[in-house]
Amino acid sequence: MKNILIICKKELKSYFASPIAYLLMAIFAVIFGFFFYSATAIFVVRGMESQMMGRGMPMDVNEWVIRPLLMNASVVGLFLIPMITMRLFAEEKRSGTIELLMTSPVRDSEIILGKWLAALIMYMCVLAISAINIGILFMYGKPDWKPILMGYLGLLLQGGCLLAIGSFISTTTRNQIIAGGATFAVCLLLWVLDWVSAYEQAAWAKVISYLSVVTHFEPFSKGVLDTKDVVFYVSMIFFGLFLTARSMESLRWRA
Amino acid sequence: MIKVEGLTKRYARNVAVDNISFEVEKGRIVGFLGPNGAGKTTTMRVLTCFLPPTAGTVSIAGFDVLDQPLEVKKRIGYLPETPPLYPEMEVEEYLKFVGKLKGIPTAELNRRVNEVTERCAVGDVKKKLIGKLSKGYRQRVGLAQAIIHNPDVLVLDEPTSGLDPKQIIDTRELIRSLAGDHTIILSTHILSEVEHSCERVIIISQGKLVAIDSVENLTNRLRGSESVAVEVELPGGSGSASDVHQRLEQVAGVSRVIPRDTRDGRCSFEVESLQGRSVRADVARAVVNSGWNLSELRPVGFSLEDIFLQLTASETSDSKEPASQRDVQ
Repeated sequence: MKNILIICKKELKSYFASPIAYLLMAIFAVIFGFFFYSATAIFVVRGMESQMMGRGMPMDVNEWVIRPLLMNASVVGLFLIPMITMRLFAEEKRSGTIELLMTSPVRDSEIILGKWLAALIMYMCVLAISAINIGILFMYGKPDWKPILMGYLGLLLQGGCLLAIGSFISTTTRNQIIAGGATFAVCLLLWVLDWVSAYEQAAWAKVISYLSVVTHFEPFSKGVLDTKDVVFYVSMIFFGLFLTARSMESLRWRA
Repeated sequence: MIKVEGLTKRYARNVAVDNISFEVEKGRIVGFLGPNGAGKTTTMRVLTCFLPPTAGTVSIAGFDVLDQPLEVKKRIGYLPETPPLYPEMEVEEYLKFVGKLKGIPTAELNRRVNEVTERCAVGDVKKKLIGKLSKGYRQRVGLAQAIIHNPDVLVLDEPTSGLDPKQIIDTRELIRSLAGDHTIILSTHILSEVEHSCERVIIISQGKLVAIDSVENLTNRLRGSESVAVEVELPGGSGSASDVHQRLEQVAGVSRVIPRDTRDGRCSFEVESLQGRSVRADVARAVVNSGWNLSELRPVGFSLEDIFLQLTASETSDSKEPASQRDVQ
């Protein structure tokens, strides 16, 4: 446990010692800010329209602003995650520092968990930016905070699972660009896999669309906590980290 | 302290290390010598638990690298060929990180960091980013990293490669000063390196053990004949270089005279004696009696270069001296 924290701390330091952390946060701030502005603008315009038409239909901030925002955040995360994970192992392999880690009295699993945890905290820092925008909603309205919390939990689980896959891909190469590119491709694929369900109802199509990370995020964005989705994400995290461990081991044998 | 038995490491296409056995006692400095691609780095990586052996056993301080890697890793300090440094860290920060990783208790960490920075002479760059350091400093930080947890065994892979001459001397001294407390294995393909800092030499070539012995023994064993460098000054009109050549060849016991250099009245030769004969006195007498001035007479020792070439050549051409088998243990 101590070793995990040592490695995690070192990884976090190197995120924040380089421009990566700030760049990721800036990208997310700009894109999420735009989504936030658009979503609230639409909400306001619709709200005024419905009042002018005399149908004072109550509009829910959670339904109209927060839910689409959380969905968007999950998609933006899909694009940012490769940038978080690509360096995790590839950089150490390239610079040779992996030799230091692997010849130190720490277990491979501790290295992997430390790195994955650092990536997750990095991702949380990026997501934290969005809390500023959501906070503004609380200043002018009374959104329900429970679905928001669920939404963030979902974002975290989804992020954790993609980060685990990303760290696996990062162990397979010493080139960060390749690691990033491949992770991006996998993330994108895992996002769009549920399209299959739109044209095919066979069992295989169900399986494939079940693998889509976004399908499992949707309930979270509505504030629904479904065990099925939690199980999916947690097992994907385990699967990703398991692959990472196997890949590290094969690194020793192939070298 | 280090015990290697029948170590073999096979990669997908080639055999990097082929059935190597040796032992290193506590407190010794051993040079691991071989041309590039001989399997030095692979052997060291097995010793440090970075790579598992394909066959054979390796144990460090009684712990097997496959069965108890964590125990082995605790007792080993390793400096790979390229020092494993994080350019975005400060030197002190980096050493603290490595210290914690190696399991040094927090209470001792600062003291250990101060100790190794002083020992490796990197105290003046403690607060500098590693990325901004020169090659020499990086190498020393790498060494500091290897000794921070006071390991029993130090494995140094080409510790002086890429350094300038002054830095090489400093590093050698540092390594020598570390012996005694630590058992050191250092690899190199520069032979003078071993002559300077090691007590024993392990020579490998193409993954096979060629010889293992002390530096003196190796030199003596191979020195069948003596080789002498002679420089003769010719006072005006007293003969030519070829006269000297002829005269030297006539000296009893000389097997071969190789002309080296001739310029403004001086000529130099390398004289090789027959097996087991010393010709220095006779050569000197011959030169002086001929009316020439003897300006230099110097025995030419065998360098490890010669030893190495001879050993590796004999390995392939004649197998009557299976050095590897005879000297193991």
